[in-house]
Amino acid sequence: MQTLIEARALGFKRAGRLVFSPTTLAVSAGQCVVVSGANGSGKTTFLRLLAGILKPSTGSIHRPWNDHTGVSFIGHQTACKGDLSCLENLQFQRAFFADKSLMPTMSPIEALAEIGLIGLMRRNARSLSAGQKKRLGLAGLLVTQAPLWLLDEPYASLDEAGAQHVDRLIDRHLGRGGAVVLSTHRRQPELTHPIGRCPMTAAEDAA
Amino acid sequence: MSGRSALALLTRDLRLAGRHAGQSLLPLVFLLAVLILIPLGVGPGPNLLAVMAPGMVWVAALLSGLLALEQLFRPDLEDGTLEQWWVGERSVMALVVVRLFSHWLITGLPVILIAPLAAQMLYLPSHAIPTLMLSLLLGTALLTLFGGLVAALTLGTQRGGVLLAILIFPLIVPVLIFGAGATAAVADGLSAQAHLGLLTALLVLALTLVPLATASALRLNIE
Repeated sequence: MQTLIEARALGFKRAGRLVFSPTTLAVSAGQCVVVSGANGSGKTTFLRLLAGILKPSTGSIHRPWNDHTGVSFIGHQTACKGDLSCLENLQFQRAFFADKSLMPTMSPIEALAEIGLIGLMRRNARSLSAGQKKRLGLAGLLVTQAPLWLLDEPYASLDEAGAQHVDRLIDRHLGRGGAVVLSTHRRQPELTHPIGRCPMTAAEDAA
Repeated sequence: MSGRSALALLTRDLRLAGRHAGQSLLPLVFLLAVLILIPLGVGPGPNLLAVMAPGMVWVAALLSGLLALEQLFRPDLEDGTLEQWWVGERSVMALVVVRLFSHWLITGLPVILIAPLAAQMLYLPSHAIPTLMLSLLLGTALLTLFGGLVAALTLGTQRGGVLLAILIFPLIVPVLIFGAGATAAVADGLSAQAHLGLLTALLVLALTLVPLATASALRLNIE
């Protein structure tokens, strides 16, 4: 099976100290990996390393693409501009990340319908609730359709129906040959595809 | 990075600037306020004002440019759009250039366009106006470039406005000297070529190095 990302003994130092114990991870197409750990165990830092936002201090990351296209990252902040409408935010993301779209994408309107925000498409993103903002952020995944999704706490601030919706989106993405790495500390994904585990521990002693 | 990403960023920045027109126009309003207050403060005598005009327009233009610098990268840092620049390891330098260009379009260009009016208000000889506009074109571009670097460096500090002003101060001194000097030289009937040449050299140097340094400084601040 095609490997989409492989991290070997990946570590990151902040102020000279390792944030988490060096972690090894390989994700192939059609696979979902759950990164789990207590608060402060380095889940967000690990995902940001995989996304390319941070440069690893130790270890290495291998991707089948020579460049790093093909990765989408949704963090705690949803990367939407409050003064633009939902539709404008998605139109921007679609154009900005056009070079990532290695899989068939949805139009911004289709993505809003899919995620249940079609009625609010002219509304400024600032006026959305926390859960609706999260949904808008996830809609960004649908308009860019990178093969590898890196989701930091995708279930945070979503209701049960929204969380199940995320599971359906992930399942469909895996079925199309994509891969997902997500971090969560409470709700576990309920998928039809196999789920891998990647436990993380803070590296207080390892430093 | 594709040209499509750059164009998307540019149009979004301009659209957002239109949404907060009050904030975008602040430097221009500040510039006009200073230029109206100067004759009230020092007296409206044409001889005195004409001597002071090049320096006054330049000082007002540079100070008004400082007002908007704090907003160059900070909103993007806070709503998470800045970190998306690095996802997929695209060429962040090109995005920095696009961001600086849109910032210049919003804050620099209006200052250049309003300069002839400002010059008339301060009795600057009208044959010096083209030189004033040309020197402001180079000067506002330089201010945007230096300002971008300093804004990126101070991004990690909360309320880094004071630090930003202190750090940019030495960088804009040569810009002010040569810019105001060029306009004053032409107003006195001399050639401004030496001043403008030095400003252009400075601009070429800044255009080459600043995007690189700004991209590195931004990266330090998103960690």
